[in-house]
Amino acid sequence: MAWLLHIIIGLISGIISGMGIGGGTVLIPALSIFFKMEQQTAQNINLLYFIPTAIIAISTHAKQGNIEKKQLSPLILLGLAGAAAGSLIAVNMNAPLLRKLFGFFLLAMGAYEFFRKEKKSEGSSLHESVQ
Amino acid sequence: MGKSAKLIIGFATGFANGLFGSGGGTILVPSMEKFMKIETHKAHATALAVIFPLSVLSIFFYLRSGQLPWSEVLWISAGGVIGGFLGAKLLNKVKTPWLHKIFGLFMAVAAMKMIMG
Repeated sequence: MAWLLHIIIGLISGIISGMGIGGGTVLIPALSIFFKMEQQTAQNINLLYFIPTAIIAISTHAKQGNIEKKQLSPLILLGLAGAAAGSLIAVNMNAPLLRKLFGFFLLAMGAYEFFRKEKKSEGSSLHESVQ
Repeated sequence: MGKSAKLIIGFATGFANGLFGSGGGTILVPSMEKFMKIETHKAHATALAVIFPLSVLSIFFYLRSGQLPWSEVLWISAGGVIGGFLGAKLLNKVKTPWLHKIFGLFMAVAAMKMIMG
């Protein structure tokens, strides 16, 4: 029956990310706290989990012309360098320390969600969901 | 907005997303709105297109270093795809201001639990 629990946690995370709040903020703590997964494993699963939804969302957005194509290359250029650096640090860090660091990051994101001012018509579709 | 600033935003997004396996959008979306004056809807869409290749690269480094419970990944992802559609439908029906506050509190509680160990 463990698979049912996994579908449910995926479902909950998906609903929340579909509503415009980063799905990783639910999935990673859940995998870490309830499923006792190592922090790196939980983060890796979140990265993988993002891929299928992102493919659907990006292709829809591209058709609708929502993607600012001119902005992509400057952002991705050093983004890839940052991704390599961040990932290498993460996979080489001891898991309990990474878990604590993630906790501080999550605390900051929680405060942001709590205090942020609501905009009119915030989000409108699944395709708003960003990791 | 200068090109160097975009490069820095890109680096910070990739770094956080790689280090925490999430959260790239948390940095990128508000940065694009504030500093690059891109409207929210387009900022979300563009952020997805930026974070996608960054996540693929991060996955490469993560997978190289450790084993994964693949069947769990599949079930979780399947739930996630369905949940994404449900969430998008709900978004149009539920008033979100209080929802963000509740999620913010939940996140803070989970964060404290992770920090305290």
